Amino acid sequence: MKRRDFAKKATLSTFATLIGAEVVFGSNLLDGYTPLALQDPDPFKLFNKNKEMVVLNDKPWNIEAQAHLLDDKVTPNSCMFIRNNGLVPEDIDAKKWTLTIDGESVVKQKTYTLAELQSKFKQYTYQLTLECGGNGRSEFNPPAKGNQWTVGAVHCANWTGVRLRDVLEDAGIKSNAVYIGFHAVDVHLSRDPEKEPISRGCPMPKALQDETILAFKMNGEAIPLAHGYPLRLIAGGWPASVSGKWINRISIRNKVHDGTKMTGDAYRVPCEPVAPGEKVKEEDMCIIESMPVKSLITYPKSGAIIKDGKSLNIRGHAWAGELEVAKMEYSIDFGSTWNVCPIEKPSNRLAWQHFSATVNFPKKGYYEVWARATDTQGIAQPMLLPGWNPKGYLNNACHRIAVKVS
Amino acid sequence: MSKEEVFRKQVKKVYRLLVLLFSLFVITGGLLVYYTVNPGFFSFKTESNTIASVPIEVDEDRIENGIHVRTGLIDAEGLMTVVNNCTNCHSSKLVIQNRMTAERWNATIKWMQETQNLWDLGKNQEVIVNYLVANYPVIDVGRRATLTNIDWYELKD
Repeated sequence: MKRRDFAKKATLSTFATLIGAEVVFGSNLLDGYTPLALQDPDPFKLFNKNKEMVVLNDKPWNIEAQAHLLDDKVTPNSCMFIRNNGLVPEDIDAKKWTLTIDGESVVKQKTYTLAELQSKFKQYTYQLTLECGGNGRSEFNPPAKGNQWTVGAVHCANWTGVRLRDVLEDAGIKSNAVYIGFHAVDVHLSRDPEKEPISRGCPMPKALQDETILAFKMNGEAIPLAHGYPLRLIAGGWPASVSGKWINRISIRNKVHDGTKMTGDAYRVPCEPVAPGEKVKEEDMCIIESMPVKSLITYPKSGAIIKDGKSLNIRGHAWAGELEVAKMEYSIDFGSTWNVCPIEKPSNRLAWQHFSATVNFPKKGYYEVWARATDTQGIAQPMLLPGWNPKGYLNNACHRIAVKVS
Repeated sequence: MSKEEVFRKQVKKVYRLLVLLFSLFVITGGLLVYYTVNPGFFSFKTESNTIASVPIEVDEDRIENGIHVRTGLIDAEGLMTVVNNCTNCHSSKLVIQNRMTAERWNATIKWMQETQNLWDLGKNQEVIVNYLVANYPVIDVGRRATLTNIDWYELKD
């Protein structure tokens, strides 16, 4: 009998026997929720991911898409990258889930159940672009350590939740507040309960934006476990690490949050440009805020062969962190000439934008179609790698696909 | 028919009856005994036998085509030291995809000891770093690599 089928039919007592321990809150388990110890070792089935997704790491789980998998205007779960820092939490009980607002700069510490959050505050749905700060890391030279992301650590799904601002204001924000920091229930790789895998945050102005939400739905359904069920912070346009998963506490801080992966060189780049390979002192590293302008050709998949005389329809998405994409161009001659193509307005602020073009090739041969987006401040994507940084963040170099005309 | 003949026939009848009764008694008794041993036998329902599956014993550390199957690491000097010290906390996939010099591996080990609860590796540290540098060397990729491994296909409209 297949492990999964078996798990579906098995009772809680069977689980307990197999795991060798009682299932805490077992009676409140979701339908179809399988304790991690019994989960299918096949990540594609386990997380309902497309078979073409690339597993970079399985402890912790880090899985990325490929450009052609991101063709949908709204990214479905099946093609959304997973970047986890620790182990996926076990035994989540949404009925007993609470969110606590605390910190030096909270007027009154408050705890809300999930149901209270949902009923007490107005709900909003936004389509928001989340990109891993290390997306594109694999191209940096000298190389940076960590997961070697190529282009697929980005997605743009619909998120439904309540505004973080409304909840923070309900608890009360003191005038000396400068930052928020989140805390979550994921487990450190060493299984040390004293250690948090990740605890990041953002400055108050970002925390108070309309689109910064405490989400409990993704694309209209409960957030999948790997993406932060039952409650996730979403701060679009910033490194996706700010959008913490499995959130149970948010601290309003009177200083820059000093949680795990907020300090040292984590999610920081040199404040001043440096030469490739240069050592940078910790105090000369600055926290990444808005992500840079970027684009992706999602159709066709790289490697397309077309008949001579035929034109090629291309399409994709472009985004620019906190800004909008103002101009979209493509080149078929390695950047010698560029052709402007239409770019749609975002469905809401911080959502990616769609472009498309019909490309004609002058003669047979090997081509690369390059795409380049320019933001509203006139900053365009570089064709080479952008400035080097020790941790390999913010590679927004132009994406390109190979095409053969035969 | 003589009296004797009649008598013999009657005796035969009684005898047959007794044999029949005895046979019925034996069969019924037998079935009863069988029932006490196998209570499900007369329920006339098909019940599949559930057999607990036992995973087939395989060599956890087998090598195929020069690769340690469980972790995907290259089979070379120091392999098991790497497997035992590195892949307890994180996946070997994280090791394989990184391209670092001895200096940077040592710095990474120090960082893991300071922040990730990694133990003192002692003499094994040199073994581990030598293995990593020899088997997963730094490859210079320049400012922008050419597209490689292109999976060519006919594009249908």
